[in-house]
Amino acid sequence: MTALLNVTALDAFYGDFQALFGIDFELGAGEAVAVIGANGAGKSTLLKSLAGLVRNRPDAVRFAGRPIGDSQAASIVRLGLALVPEGRQLFPSLTVEENLLIGAFGGERTSPWDLSSVYRMFPVLRERRRSSVTELSGGQQQMVAIGRALMSNPSVLLCDEISLGLAPIIVEDIYRMLPRIREHGTGIVVVEQDIARALRSTDRFYCLQEGRVTLTGRPADASQDAIHSAYFGT
Amino acid sequence: MIGLDTVIEGVLLGGVYALFALGLSLIFGIMRLVNLAHGDLILLAAYLVLSVTTVLGIPLLVATLLVVVVMFVAGFALQRLVLERVLGDDILPPLLVTFGLSIVIQNGLLLVYGADSRRLQAGAFESSSVTLGGGLSIGLAPLTALLTAIVAVALLQLVFYRTSLGRAFRATSDNPQIAQLMGINERSVYAIAVGISLAVSVIAAITFGIRANFDPSIGPARLLYAFEAVIIGGLGSLWGTLVGGIVLGLAQTIGARINPEWQILSGHLAFLAVLMVRPRGLFPSRRP
Amino acid sequence: MSVTAARDKVEIGRGAGAAPLWQVRVGTPLSRAAAIGALAVVVALVLLPAVASRNLIQDLIFVFTMLALAQLWNVLAGWGGLVSVGQQAFVGLGAYALFAGVVTLGIDPVFTIPLAGLLAAVVAAVLGPLLFRLEGPYFAIGSWVAAEALRLICAQFKTLGGGTGMSISPSDLSQMIGLKSAQALFGLRPAAARDVLIYWIALLLAVAVTLGITAFVRSRMGLALAASRDNAAAARSVGVRTGRIRYLLWIVVAFATGMVGAVVYLQKARISPDAAFSVTDWTAYVIFIVVIGGVRTIEGPMIGVLTLWGLITYLAQYGSLYLVVLGIIAILIMLFMPKGVWGEIERRWGIRLFPTQRVLSRTSCGSDLAKNDLAK
Ligand SMILES: Nc1ncnc2c1ncn2[C@@H]1O[C@H](COP(=O)(O)OP(=O)(O)OP(=O)(O)O)[C@@H](O)[C@H]1O
Ligand SMILES: [Mg+2]
Repeated sequence: MTALLNVTALDAFYGDFQALFGIDFELGAGEAVAVIGANGAGKSTLLKSLAGLVRNRPDAVRFAGRPIGDSQAASIVRLGLALVPEGRQLFPSLTVEENLLIGAFGGERTSPWDLSSVYRMFPVLRERRRSSVTELSGGQQQMVAIGRALMSNPSVLLCDEISLGLAPIIVEDIYRMLPRIREHGTGIVVVEQDIARALRSTDRFYCLQEGRVTLTGRPADASQDAIHSAYFGT
Repeated sequence: MIGLDTVIEGVLLGGVYALFALGLSLIFGIMRLVNLAHGDLILLAAYLVLSVTTVLGIPLLVATLLVVVVMFVAGFALQRLVLERVLGDDILPPLLVTFGLSIVIQNGLLLVYGADSRRLQAGAFESSSVTLGGGLSIGLAPLTALLTAIVAVALLQLVFYRTSLGRAFRATSDNPQIAQLMGINERSVYAIAVGISLAVSVIAAITFGIRANFDPSIGPARLLYAFEAVIIGGLGSLWGTLVGGIVLGLAQTIGARINPEWQILSGHLAFLAVLMVRPRGLFPSRRP
Repeated sequence: MSVTAARDKVEIGRGAGAAPLWQVRVGTPLSRAAAIGALAVVVALVLLPAVASRNLIQDLIFVFTMLALAQLWNVLAGWGGLVSVGQQAFVGLGAYALFAGVVTLGIDPVFTIPLAGLLAAVVAAVLGPLLFRLEGPYFAIGSWVAAEALRLICAQFKTLGGGTGMSISPSDLSQMIGLKSAQALFGLRPAAARDVLIYWIALLLAVAVTLGITAFVRSRMGLALAASRDNAAAARSVGVRTGRIRYLLWIVVAFATGMVGAVVYLQKARISPDAAFSVTDWTAYVIFIVVIGGVRTIEGPMIGVLTLWGLITYLAQYGSLYLVVLGIIAILIMLFMPKGVWGEIERRWGIRLFPTQRVLSRTSCGSDLAKNDLAK
């Protein structure tokens, strides 16, 4: 079958430094996939390559059949692939609502997500819509980051460590929203260092280690030990 | 000694300086670019308006519109063809390129128009004035300049804080890479910013060119006044820039009242004084 | 010119009491040959007045003073990151100090030159803390404002000619130190002998500035500046220190620029605020020289100044057109050859006559210990 998102033999570089080596990866429409791996394994680099922040050969990444490996980030998001970047990366000089609105800057895809549906999912953001994002708690900031990505109405949402720096209870709150996002047929890639958290919410997983895929499959089919050694390389 | 008329004159002059400053402040805020050719571009705009009105015989208002469009396109092209290639972490290349541009424009104008002083003709408007009580009267042209500055600041403020283009400007200024993830094309945002900067400069050029003589050599001084207004007002604040322009205008007219030779010097000294006591300007933006 | 530096060795791992294991070298066989060549050129230039025409001597005074200004601007902007468009402030101050010293105080011109540098340095020391408050590129315009303010202040001194300027009368210069001997040596009239003296001073300044800058950029201070420019994180961690180095550099450059200004106007013998503080003459040309030759190289300004000299000789008659051409050349070079002519030569053929980068090489068997020491 041809998946919605297809990565074949992806090598990614920062200057002379090679961060990814021959990655194969795919995501079906509406599927949820976890990418796990230790610090520096290359998880963020993989997402950045998908979103166009790291450039590659054109056919290393195909989205709905189109080669997008060397496309610009600004045009990729218009095709329906949105990234929630690591560390949230909100725009400090924009208010909460403006941060959401700017997510829809591309403007080509308008449903199902708009201001009111995002506010329905995260009601607290409606209350704080005029605040500066710097005044929000970490969890609220993460909601803005997710809402901002949803505003482009992506068919694939890439989430880079959305649990980073948040209290466990807040992490659960946020993960509870993922099914609601998938309801609309949106595929999701979650990157996490917390293996258990990631595997609980996804259909399949990829484990990265030093820029290579060391294990992939369904969470239920992989043993603790196999994951452990794929993760740490022991 | 320093009468109300001096104060009024200074405030009105400040309007012109604020108009000089807006374009400079705009592109510095969005792309951290300091355009050393800013003053010479203002003069280029003034000469273009002069040519369009005298050679083609087009009325001033229509000429203004025409030159605004021309300068917007020129700014867009300047960014895409030249500045874009040198913008980066190193501050040296863009400074040197815009400095080179300043020399080219200044001497190019000298070649085409000669060194003589020129002035834009606005008919009766130039000399008419409104009379206030107590024997005070205000020239219509300077008053219009100040009002234009206020309107320009308000409009830019509106664009910045109420439109999707303005959000794109601020987001790109915060973090150009993440802005791209939003579908914002950084290259066009920058090019539009430079275009707007030059379009605003046309307005500055006209309000200035009606009330004072100009010749090709005075561009750099306009750059310095613009810069002083920006710094006095505080980086990142458009209303601050307006106040900065007015402070500069006041300093210059008051200095000139004390000794005609001190006009420009007083402005520079006021700038240095503000830098000494309030290095972030009178109205710094809250952003770090 | 890099004779001493070629032997510059840094011992690492001394604490272990071992013989030097690593050696940091900046010299290469080529650079040693270049040093000998340069020495020969300098000696020839010293002797040149014996045969050269007065015209050539005057041209070379221009070349030497512009070379010194370009080297100074290059170290300030290229290495120090202080992109000043206001160096004319210090040329002008030096020039006015010279006139004040010679005309009003009657000091010997030769002694006035270092005093002129001193005045420029003091003013730089006062202005520095103010201008350094301006963020990165705004420093450029700030320095320009300062120069304009100083121009207007100098125009207020009626004893020094006010806004229109003044000349030094030949009689004020007739007692100049060394003038009589120069006259006797080459059998010249006073005016020509004065040019020869000024020529030597200008040559001395150019050589001293070039050597000083070469030594500075290879020194620990120079390396710290280069590191802070290349790596923002490193810059933050050593921020305070590089701040102080920059301040020092700013003052020393002003000192030397002031002396050059005094020498230039000693030769011109006529001053006006507009000329002495001219942004075109003392900053635009200087930047042009550095851009053409190559920013952040010692060789670049030498190539640049010779290019400018050539262009002036053939094109200056065209006035404004000539400046338009210079500006366009500078812009094109920045766009397509940002390292300038010398940078391009370096890149193509790997030639470095005055190397400023250190090369680490092992002299004998090393150990990881030494490597670790180096990493610190
Ligand atoms: N901008 C960059 N320039 C150079 N190297 C980089 C850059 N970003 C990441 N790297 C390197 O690429 C490798 C992979 O980094 P990446 O950020 O993809 O890891 P990660 O799996 O996301 O780690 P973490 O869990 O810490 O976020 C690391 O060795 C990292 O040092
Ligand atoms: Mg990461």
